Amino acid sequence: MPDLEQATNGATEQHKTGERFFQRFTREQRYMHGVLFTTFLGLAATGLPMRFSESIWARKFATQVGGFGAIIFFHKLFAVVLSIAFLLHLKEIFTRGLLHREKGVFWGNTSMVANWKDVKDIVGHMRWFVGLGKKPVFERYAYWEKFDYWAVFWGMLVIGFSGYAMWFAPFFARFLPGWALNAVLVIHSEEGLLAILFIFSIHFVNTHLRPGSFPMDMVIFTGVESEEEFKVKRSEEYKRLASEGKLEARLGEKPPSWLVNFGRVVGTTAILIGIILLVLTLSAYIRE
Amino acid sequence: MTRAAKSTANSIEEMPQSRSRGLFRSALLAAGVVLVLLAMPGRLAAQTDCLMCHADKTLQDPAGHSVSVDGDTFGKSIHGVLKCGDCHTSIKDYPHPDKVTPVKCESCHASESEGLAGSVHSNRPEHPCTSCHGDAHSIYPKADPKSAVYPLNIPRTCGNCHGSDAMAKKHGINNVYPLYLDSIHGFALSKEGLLVAANCTSCHGSHHVLSHKDPQSPTFKSNVPQTCGTCHAGITNDYMAGVHGKGVAAGHTAAPVCSDCHTAHAIEQPTASAFRMQSTPICGNCHKDKFSTYRDTFHSQLSSLGGYVETARCWDCHGAHEILPASDPRSPVAPQNLVKTCGKCHAGANASFVQYQPHANAKNRKLNPALYYIRLFMNLLLAGVLTFFMIHTILWLIRARYEQLKTRSAKGGKNA
Repeated sequence: MPDLEQATNGATEQHKTGERFFQRFTREQRYMHGVLFTTFLGLAATGLPMRFSESIWARKFATQVGGFGAIIFFHKLFAVVLSIAFLLHLKEIFTRGLLHREKGVFWGNTSMVANWKDVKDIVGHMRWFVGLGKKPVFERYAYWEKFDYWAVFWGMLVIGFSGYAMWFAPFFARFLPGWALNAVLVIHSEEGLLAILFIFSIHFVNTHLRPGSFPMDMVIFTGVESEEEFKVKRSEEYKRLASEGKLEARLGEKPPSWLVNFGRVVGTTAILIGIILLVLTLSAYIRE
Repeated sequence: MTRAAKSTANSIEEMPQSRSRGLFRSALLAAGVVLVLLAMPGRLAAQTDCLMCHADKTLQDPAGHSVSVDGDTFGKSIHGVLKCGDCHTSIKDYPHPDKVTPVKCESCHASESEGLAGSVHSNRPEHPCTSCHGDAHSIYPKADPKSAVYPLNIPRTCGNCHGSDAMAKKHGINNVYPLYLDSIHGFALSKEGLLVAANCTSCHGSHHVLSHKDPQSPTFKSNVPQTCGTCHAGITNDYMAGVHGKGVAAGHTAAPVCSDCHTAHAIEQPTASAFRMQSTPICGNCHKDKFSTYRDTFHSQLSSLGGYVETARCWDCHGAHEILPASDPRSPVAPQNLVKTCGKCHAGANASFVQYQPHANAKNRKLNPALYYIRLFMNLLLAGVLTFFMIHTILWLIRARYEQLKTRSAKGGKNA
């Protein structure tokens, strides 16, 4: 796509001097995303061969890495790491929202919790897609970003619970009925499949691959975005901060080029792995 | 004694020429007989006439076949006590005609010959006795390691024909020799030298070898359990007590016998990982519905991917030989035995744990309603979310690209 590349390069050149950068994600949040996508890729890469254990690529992959024993070992390892990350996130929410009574964690403009504006935004955005209205302006988190967050949150609970129920089946059987042990595999694999299909197609495109962010939204790697990007992508938040006089407090450093390059390499790798897994998944799914 | 013979020859030479010719001949013959007598064991005296010519290693018949006989070897063979004429009955005196009638082994070995006549090897010119027993003049008892039919030599002997692809193709049968050699029986025999290891004749018999389609054959389907039971008596007893054995006994031809699961020639050690890894489809050949539901489970996922041989396969729960229906209280899958059976792998299995259904079918609403609706919900969720966002995102892509192209020259081109 030469057009897009030119557009990106042109935009970068404009920002060379006197450009301001604003903090969007904290270091902890960026690390959290790193742990999330690393373990997610690992879980997908080890989970898919189990889900499609009859397919040729699953068997080949299993043979390469040392059979089922190796696959389940890494699947559990990634699962534990991700579970710890999830618990740390819950602790952060608890500390910020309940202990420190920080505003905007559970509701308000900066919260991840859906509100009436999100409903209006979905409708408005889709009307804009087909040329029926003006493009809505977004706050700190747009509705599709909130959906991504809650999809992962719900997925963590559902996939996590069903996964641990299988891992420690005799223990869970003490308070679960027998048929639940059958159900957890169905739930685990279907929900896992949904997560994989969603992240590797919808999230990739919505967040990284769509025009305007192509080939990758670097903000999750650098933590900052340029003033222009901020203004265009999250106009509502920019306007609110400006009117409240809080814009200066959000000023950040221009990201060092090594960080940008690092983010590009890591992000591109993750996306490529994701797309490969997506193709394998779809091929196996269709054949089923 | 040698000196005495020489002195006789010397005294003949001293005699006048005219008288001496007849005497010379007879004396030479006598000397030759004495020499042969000295060289051979005494009991072979009757074969010596023939061996005077046939001991010559280069001796050939008019067709070019060797007719040389090693008297020594023959003497040690099982037929060493016989006279040549006992088998070569058409030869009475010397000189004998070039063409002689073939030897008839059946004149002594009547029952073997009868067995062979009714067997798959009945075509005598193609399967002379010697094709299995080896050279006619060096046949040994089957307990002799030199014998071609010594237990450890039998597979090689049969393999002379049954190890050939061309022969197998010609007769529409498998080239079984390499399969056998790699099997647990072949290994026990060729690598460990176990005389009791099953060789070809243990299952097929020797002279009266019949096609497995012949109801008289030890390899006919319903006879297989008894045939294997000659050695594996305990397992055959277990098998006959199980559903498969009862089925076969009742004349159900679909019920599997030993060879249906273990194969006939490529038999592997069933506890070895190689066999475990490939084994569930064997039961699945007949139990298609159970195999299909097994494949939906975690047990199957484990077993498909290799390297994890312990995972439960059919017989780990159902038993291998004495397979009993769940309604039989002795069955490992009878409800009252499940805690013990599942507990073999799942330490801490309890009454609730064993309610797990290893063959649940999430697609069957009547059998597994809870599972059916859970799967339905998950599928609807998956389809719903993906459909909505697929439409949403594709429309967005088109619109964003359109917007980007439209306003590229203006500001905000990058961040449309």
